[in-house]
Amino acid sequence: MNWQLFKLGLVFMMLSVLAVGGGTAVLPEMQHATVHWFNLTDKQFRDIYSIGQVAPGPNMLMVLLIGYRVAGALGAAVVGVAFFLPDCALTLAANRLWVHFSGSPWRQSVQQGLAPLAIGLMFAGTWAIARLSLVHVSDGSPDFVAIGIATVVTAILLWRHINPGVLVLVGGTAYMLLTH
Amino acid sequence: MESVTPPGAANSQPLAARVALSLIFKVFLMAGAVSFGGGVVAYLREYLVRASHWLSDEEFMSALEISETLPGLNSVNIAVIAGDDLRGVPGAATAVLGLMLPGAVFVMVLGILWTESRHNPLVSHFLLGIASAAVGLLLVVSLQLGRRQLLKLPDLLIVVVTFAAVSILKIPLAYVLIVVGTVSIWLYRPRPTREAAPEQLPFHRGPRHNQYRR
Repeated sequence: MNWQLFKLGLVFMMLSVLAVGGGTAVLPEMQHATVHWFNLTDKQFRDIYSIGQVAPGPNMLMVLLIGYRVAGALGAAVVGVAFFLPDCALTLAANRLWVHFSGSPWRQSVQQGLAPLAIGLMFAGTWAIARLSLVHVSDGSPDFVAIGIATVVTAILLWRHINPGVLVLVGGTAYMLLTH
Repeated sequence: MESVTPPGAANSQPLAARVALSLIFKVFLMAGAVSFGGGVVAYLREYLVRASHWLSDEEFMSALEISETLPGLNSVNIAVIAGDDLRGVPGAATAVLGLMLPGAVFVMVLGILWTESRHNPLVSHFLLGIASAAVGLLLVVSLQLGRRQLLKLPDLLIVVVTFAAVSILKIPLAYVLIVVGTVSIWLYRPRPTREAAPEQLPFHRGPRHNQYRR
């Protein structure tokens, strides 16, 4: 148990500092880590991600549930601290030092250089969730209901801004009704 | 934007003494509780700039800029910066805890319910539908955030290489960040711009070093 907690702390601390471009960027690595190191199934990871989608607040709070699944309430606490504290400490330090870099031309370079990298990682995160939800986990064949829902949501959001929380709930309900 | 009051020097601002930690907690708790469906950053802007006037629009945009460059969630990073500007480290901690508390409770309650009912096919299908809808949402957010990068050739190339490295070649993220990050930042390395070149070039190093020494 203690070894599991230690491992949880270590893995999520690593994910924390790798999350350049936000939480979505680190989803593929997180999926890999939870499935291979903590014996969660792909389906469990997908369900936990989905639960996170309907919660308010920062969208990666679902990491608490990974910790909870692995090592109970203590696991959730360890993951919460490990995943959020390093980034908070970094931001705090940067907030105090940023002014020293404001004159440095490198600040602009880092910002411009990291932007396309972050976008690439967001697409990779999107791809990871697509692989988990748009094909049947059992045989890898396409799940046309799921693909339909993803397509409709994409079209609606490109067309106009609607609260994604509503769309996500409608998507869940639609899938439930269409597959029964 | 660079000449705005340095956020790090906030401890000496008179405003810092006026904002109670309990008020910081309340404002961030609200933002954390009402932001269903994401978009926390927009709520924070509403609360911090429009409602409480704790930050000017420029200060907020500068906080967002720092948050985007650093690892971690933008909303949490903004909470750290705003909290730090208002009340130093205790302010930052209070802001982050307030922002995360509602969602954390929500996620844990749902998660415990899910643990008990995950073999129910209705629950399972409902969650699968959510994940499918989330794919659409993630795709649109990536396209919208990346609209500038996707239309510029070197950037588009970096986007594609990053995606391929992580999703197709399955290279560990740390290596991708180090290699692609280094190349990408080097592509944007500081170069004398055409307008500034005649004056700036000869003195490029001198004044800057002086500035650091001070």
